[in-house]
Amino acid sequence: MLAKRIIPCLDVKDGRVVKGVSFVNLRDAGDPVENAKFYDKQGADELVFLDITASHEKRNIIIDVVMRTAEEVFMPLTVGGGIKTLDDIRELLKSGCDKVSVNTSAVKDPFFVSRAAERFGSQCIVVAVDAKRVTKEMTYTDDEPWVNEPSLMDVRLQDSDNGLRWAISTHGGRKMKRIDAVKWAKKMEELGAGEILLTSMDRDGTKDGYDIDLTRTIAEAVSIPVIASGGVGNLEHLYEGLVYGKADAALAASIFHYREYTVKEAKEYLMAKGVVVRL
Amino acid sequence: MIAIVDYGMGNLRSVEKGFLKVGFDARIVSDPVSVDNAKGIVLPGVGAFMDCIKNLTDIKLTDAIIKAIGKGKPFLGICLGLQVLFTESEEFGVCKGLNVFKGRVVRFPKSELKVPHMGWNTLEIKRRPPIFNGIGDKSYFYFVHSFYVVPEDKDIIAGTTDYGVNFTAMVWKDNVFAMQFHPEKSQELGLKILKGFGEFVRKA
Repeated sequence: MLAKRIIPCLDVKDGRVVKGVSFVNLRDAGDPVENAKFYDKQGADELVFLDITASHEKRNIIIDVVMRTAEEVFMPLTVGGGIKTLDDIRELLKSGCDKVSVNTSAVKDPFFVSRAAERFGSQCIVVAVDAKRVTKEMTYTDDEPWVNEPSLMDVRLQDSDNGLRWAISTHGGRKMKRIDAVKWAKKMEELGAGEILLTSMDRDGTKDGYDIDLTRTIAEAVSIPVIASGGVGNLEHLYEGLVYGKADAALAASIFHYREYTVKEAKEYLMAKGVVVRL
Repeated sequence: MIAIVDYGMGNLRSVEKGFLKVGFDARIVSDPVSVDNAKGIVLPGVGAFMDCIKNLTDIKLTDAIIKAIGKGKPFLGICLGLQVLFTESEEFGVCKGLNVFKGRVVRFPKSELKVPHMGWNTLEIKRRPPIFNGIGDKSYFYFVHSFYVVPEDKDIIAGTTDYGVNFTAMVWKDNVFAMQFHPEKSQELGLKILKGFGEFVRKA
């Protein structure tokens, strides 16, 4: 049976892991490769590097990080952040990563996803959906060049939509878009995305657990795998995301990064509660 | 030397580094002469069946690969490198494969299960290939695919995996080993397979 995946995420800036803490087990706590090896030993199912390097000139640093990681660690590796062109994707895949995750570039031009999927295969195109619960007070930046494109109109948030709704955001949550997260996820699947990395911007950093309604709604709406992200503070949250949220994989950063739990402990906990995991 | 065939599909670097990690010299090649000269051949790849066949044909590698397999050279197919060995695929209409094995490549049936089949799943070993030293039955390997092979000759099936259907995850016949999962992405157990293949090539 297919196991539910546990995926640690590392935030990397200018080639260094941020949230740096001094750990006895690591020679260099800021080195992404050392961290990747550490998670590999714990039995992580995949790794995600989120590149938050701001400057475009420093983009080649993440390529070097991926190359060095791929020499040491033999598991699926996803890189997200700042991917703008098909060449960016090609360079990352060539250096040894298996999937890339795109958000802002997909919102700017949804057909970027179809071009990328056509060229490299759907299996390596992950679309990151950063979603936030719609409130009356929410203000939007409607600056997508395709804002009037008829074939994409069906992803817009409508005033007539009732009930629980989520809008998507770009630029790490700084810009809200008048786009319905559920419809957007389905559109991304239609355009060739192979997987959805779903982050609740309401929960991210709170340690209050995943947004289960959001996770379940999207996991049920699409027929590609969904990775739940945003808000994990303990192991019960992983269970909730995988079982109640119906996610195929659970991503977490800080609980693993700050060594609150190891990946192995997380899996033992899940297995004891009847979740199929690889141990 | 082990030749890793590069035809523009997917992440080859992990395959190359995987062999290096377990002590074997493997090089990425993309011409028929290098395939002829190699002691063993690895055909990796993810993506679309049609592109794979088209790219292999474009760089004149289909004949070199078929010939090498016919001569008994050790061959390791990974993911698409398993699928293209078969007669035809139903991906994008019908697309002809290398026809090393009779059979078809079909899509997972529509169900509540997610496609692609992505992640770690268990391999039930039906016949243990000589490259499988130290690998227990029902071990987990990493899969990412939407299609699977249906061999006509059931005797070539070496391993199966359950995902809604019980599909062929590994075939083995003489010098040909091919698997749907990715040993280069399956951590320690995956590296054991690469090592097993390297040793098989050395002895061949």
